[in-house]
Amino acid sequence: MAGFIYPNEGLVEWDLLIVIYPYITGLVAGAFVVSSLYHVFGLKRLKPVSRFSLITALAFLMVTPLPLVMHLGRPERAFEMFLTPNLTSAMSAFGYIWFFYLLIVLAEVWLVFRPDITRYANANEGAKKTFYTVLALGVLNISEAAHKLDEKLIKVLAFIGVPVAFLLHGYVGFIFGAVKANPWWSTPLMPIIFLMSAIVSGISLLIVVYLAITRLRRAEVEHKCFHFMALWLGGFLTVAIVLEGLEIFSMFYEQEESWEIISQLISQQIPVSYFGIQFGIGSVLPLLLLALTALFPLKERSKTALALVSSCLVLVGVFAMRWNVVIGGQLISKSLRGFTSYIPPIWGINGLVTSIAVMILPFILLAVLVYLLPPWFVEEKPKPPERRGFVFRTSALAVKRES
Amino acid sequence: MKRISRRDFISMGTKGLVGGILISGFPYLLREIAKNGIAARAAGDEGLERHYWGFAVDNEKCIGCGRCVVACKNENKVPWEPEFNRTWVERYIIGEKEEVFVDSPNGGRDGFQNFPPKLGIPESEVWKSFFVPKLCNQCDKPPCVTVCPVGATYLTEDGVVLIDQQHCIGCRYCIQACPYGARFFLPEHGVVDKCTWCYHRISRGLVPACVEVCPVKARVFGDLNDPAGTLKTTLASKRFYVLKPELGTAPKVSYIGFEKGVR
Repeated sequence: MAGFIYPNEGLVEWDLLIVIYPYITGLVAGAFVVSSLYHVFGLKRLKPVSRFSLITALAFLMVTPLPLVMHLGRPERAFEMFLTPNLTSAMSAFGYIWFFYLLIVLAEVWLVFRPDITRYANANEGAKKTFYTVLALGVLNISEAAHKLDEKLIKVLAFIGVPVAFLLHGYVGFIFGAVKANPWWSTPLMPIIFLMSAIVSGISLLIVVYLAITRLRRAEVEHKCFHFMALWLGGFLTVAIVLEGLEIFSMFYEQEESWEIISQLISQQIPVSYFGIQFGIGSVLPLLLLALTALFPLKERSKTALALVSSCLVLVGVFAMRWNVVIGGQLISKSLRGFTSYIPPIWGINGLVTSIAVMILPFILLAVLVYLLPPWFVEEKPKPPERRGFVFRTSALAVKRES
Repeated sequence: MKRISRRDFISMGTKGLVGGILISGFPYLLREIAKNGIAARAAGDEGLERHYWGFAVDNEKCIGCGRCVVACKNENKVPWEPEFNRTWVERYIIGEKEEVFVDSPNGGRDGFQNFPPKLGIPESEVWKSFFVPKLCNQCDKPPCVTVCPVGATYLTEDGVVLIDQQHCIGCRYCIQACPYGARFFLPEHGVVDKCTWCYHRISRGLVPACVEVCPVKARVFGDLNDPAGTLKTTLASKRFYVLKPELGTAPKVSYIGFEKGVR
């Protein structure tokens, strides 16, 4: 605590769980945008990740409400958001937008994986057959005509999905940007800043996780796809940096009453996480690394490695950005005369351990989804994967190997 | 006529349904936003007098004894710890070069004599000092009501912002939205609390506890609809100001003897 704060401001009410909430939502939006770049905008070079990005979005989307509900003082009343919504509250929209988006993503996943699900249902016996038949909702038609219709529906869903993904995350930015009481939050740039950082973090997540899984599967690294993703990462990162810079520059330039406390915030309270991590190693450094891959004739492997390093840095940087917004904004007293302090506890519902567990959960869900619905395009690889556990034994591949 | 496949039918139906919901909901949403989010109002107050409550604080009279803070805590069962306050008192000390020092030890609960101010200047260079009691402003355009996701906080017909603690989900968005730091979270109940101008008392014709105990009459409570009442007559003879009017919240606590730099 430094300077004067109103007596009720001693506790930071939106804590670590509310930091990871926009972080996870952002990863969803970003991953979905990548899948839509393929499904809607026809960027064929993203094909290798097109299905993986979709189930990544689904895995993270399913976890999104968890930190919010856990953070509520009365979690048992969470459902009131649906039953008695106050429609002027940005927050009341969350449940609806989230649910709508979940339906879209679920439907899209189902349509994209339908041929596979049907194939598993036909190729398996017993419980597995039942499971996949249920998953196929009894629709086992994979004729050419049905496939065409599926393709069309996927395109439509992805097309609806893009604005809804933007809505889901833009709205998260609006939650903060529309709080006029808080000078560090209150800017109309906030939704779009959140959106850009979301896309950036989602692409980075895909690069990191997909590369890791490719290594785990001992499959061939699709360098072209990674370089293409890195290119998009660089583009969105540039926009994100410009917007974040513009935000702070206009605050500095306008020199309103609140600038004094904001300048103290970024220079004394959060200088490391703001200048050091969010801007330095989380934005500018990865951008320079990505520029290296674009400007110099490097080996494919090193290009991919640079993309990987940049992505890791961006993931850290975006987390720092969420921290700086959510926690930084609450450090400032609304008296504009001082700061409260916040160090997350280790244990407890608001603690580090819980938050880390919540962050790990989507990865577990992703692993389950990958196990049930392998998103790899196996047809294209003549060489069978070496790890047997990952492939269903009676799939076409295994049969081929036996013959 | 072309036959529509089942899939097309479902697809079209879904689109129509979603589109219809969105389009039909939109005017309602705009209307609510224009009303500044006063989604819920207290049940009809037939039988009660038609009041429109207001509050005035005279900074020139307040002596910083902290009786109001104690009375409030007792009356409203506010936790005794200093980080929970429905009302509190701030001490402003202004130096000759207009340096402003503000503090509020324990929210002013224990008075100020035993808490020497931490000044950045010698005591001889103090130019002036005064006390500023704070409480909920019961804004006419309350941002806390706008942001509540479940409508658990609402503006009553007689001009007081209340919280339905049986309904509050404890998201604490209202705490973020209040520019005055008037709201706080009750960890043991998992809900938000704030000053109600002692709604249970004023509805029975009493004045709020803090007004009742103030030894110097620095707090004035009354009906803004009553031109002959204490509040209106007090404000008629004085110049006053409100906190952070630039935010457009239309606060209803008027400060007599307001000083530049108070916020």
